[in-house]
Amino acid sequence: MNNLKKTISDILTIARRSLLKLKHNPEQFADVIIMPVFFMLVFAFLFGGAIAGDTKAYLPILIPGILAQTLLGISSATGTAINTDMEKGIFDRFKSLPMARIAPLAGSLVADIPRYAISAAFAILTGYLIGWRPEAGFGAVLVGTLFMIFVTFSISWIFATIGLLVNKAATIQVFSQMIMMILTFMSNAFVPTETLPKVLQTFTRFNPVTHMIAALREIFATGAIGFDFWLSLGMGVAMILIFAPITLRIYNKKI
Amino acid sequence: MTEVREVAIEVKGLLKTFKNQVAVNDLDLTIYKGEVFGILGPNGAGKTTMVRMMATLLKQDAGTIRILGQDTLKDADEVRKLIGLTGQYASVDEDLTAHENLMMFCRLNGLSKKDAKARTTDLLEEFSLTDAAHKKMKNFSGGMRRRLDLAVSLIARPDIIFLDEPTTGLDPRTRGQMWETIRKLVEAGSTILLTTQYLDEADQLADRIAVIDRGSLVALGTPDELKNLIGNTELHIKIVNRRFLEDARIHISAILNVGTTVDDLNNTIKAPITETKFLTQVLNRLEEAKIKIDEVSIKKPSLDEVFLEVTGN
Repeated sequence: MNNLKKTISDILTIARRSLLKLKHNPEQFADVIIMPVFFMLVFAFLFGGAIAGDTKAYLPILIPGILAQTLLGISSATGTAINTDMEKGIFDRFKSLPMARIAPLAGSLVADIPRYAISAAFAILTGYLIGWRPEAGFGAVLVGTLFMIFVTFSISWIFATIGLLVNKAATIQVFSQMIMMILTFMSNAFVPTETLPKVLQTFTRFNPVTHMIAALREIFATGAIGFDFWLSLGMGVAMILIFAPITLRIYNKKI
Repeated sequence: MTEVREVAIEVKGLLKTFKNQVAVNDLDLTIYKGEVFGILGPNGAGKTTMVRMMATLLKQDAGTIRILGQDTLKDADEVRKLIGLTGQYASVDEDLTAHENLMMFCRLNGLSKKDAKARTTDLLEEFSLTDAAHKKMKNFSGGMRRRLDLAVSLIARPDIIFLDEPTTGLDPRTRGQMWETIRKLVEAGSTILLTTQYLDEADQLADRIAVIDRGSLVALGTPDELKNLIGNTELHIKIVNRRFLEDARIHISAILNVGTTVDDLNNTIKAPITETKFLTQVLNRLEEAKIKIDEVSIKKPSLDEVFLEVTGN
């Protein structure tokens, strides 16, 4: 029990470190704010008419998609961040301390949560400003966003694993971006899946992002928590259970 | 007479290779409690690799390391509670302030928030960083960085402190300040393992020195022992009246039983000397012979000469 307490305290201490870094270098928030706003405007006005008849009709489909895309975008940067961080002397120090081994990794991932929240807030705000009115009200939007943050946090463990497995930061970035693109574009994020060829349809069905977005649309539209919600939540928990120990193993081997 | 000294670090048969290159080759070392042990060697000799293994940052290929009896592989967590490490490159967070760094590492060392605050204040004071406490590390000078780094290593009041090239890259004045800080640690009774590529640093600070070259131990001893190793400690005697120069030379030669050289210009006789007891004999003999002495000195070889000799460079 004492061990668990120290582990949580260590994770929070490291998370605090990342937040202090953000406080000292607030320009790091730029991408978190610009990305959702930019994509929201581009997709809504460029593709809205083509896909859903008009911009306003497209927004309920688009906004969960943009939320997924931007949050995954932030989480895909995790690997590169951890990798470059580890190059510095400070990780030597972390390793030489009697602290929880998982903390330097988990702490960095936990510290991304405020970034997800800020990014989501800007996406939702932009949506609202261009005319989106969620049918289930903003309480449902809040629930949906929290759910979304948890699932992206779970997925960030995959990117952390890549960050530890691959040595070059640039390679990690390319690799993570690719995975992120595949997960978001080969899903129901921006287009109805019925319009896709059969093979892609099958892929989208197994893509966790599809279920995450489906759950989000359902919550935003009706406030109901359905099958897709529980499925994505389960997938999230499973990802943490699988990838956290793998990451820790690779990290421990690295010394 | 023989003092039983407690062992702080025991290294046996330590071996580490990187991609076919031997970094540490079958190293045995015993370091005692309360001593400053210097590991001296050129760049790439394997010093940092040794320290990293002792500090549980790197696993050896063969051999064992015990820190106060705890094995670095099997009881790594216990070892981590006993050691403090100051790396070659400041291992603190550049983006945080000195205060934030210390608070973070205090918390990671398991101090409560309250204790962490108190310890942070104390350490900032002790290392004269109070004024710069809320400045970002990025804006710190090299010396301040090292001081903060050292302060961080001392949070848990470790029994054993590893200083990996603590003054590399510092200017001479800052180096002197760092030496002072290290001497204070010594007075406080810490066991210190210091790696350095500077001979004068090892000479100034270390009780015993291990000279390392290409991963192997090539010499071990106190600075004096190492200097004696190449054996040409010289006795220089300058006499007042040059008329007695030849007489004096004969007396000295007889006692030391070696050949001498005479420096006519300076009225000085030079002879290698092995034991200091001969010095008294020489002085007594010259006194009896009523030869007046102007100056007596014993010149030891510098550690530089030893270093070049043992590393064969």
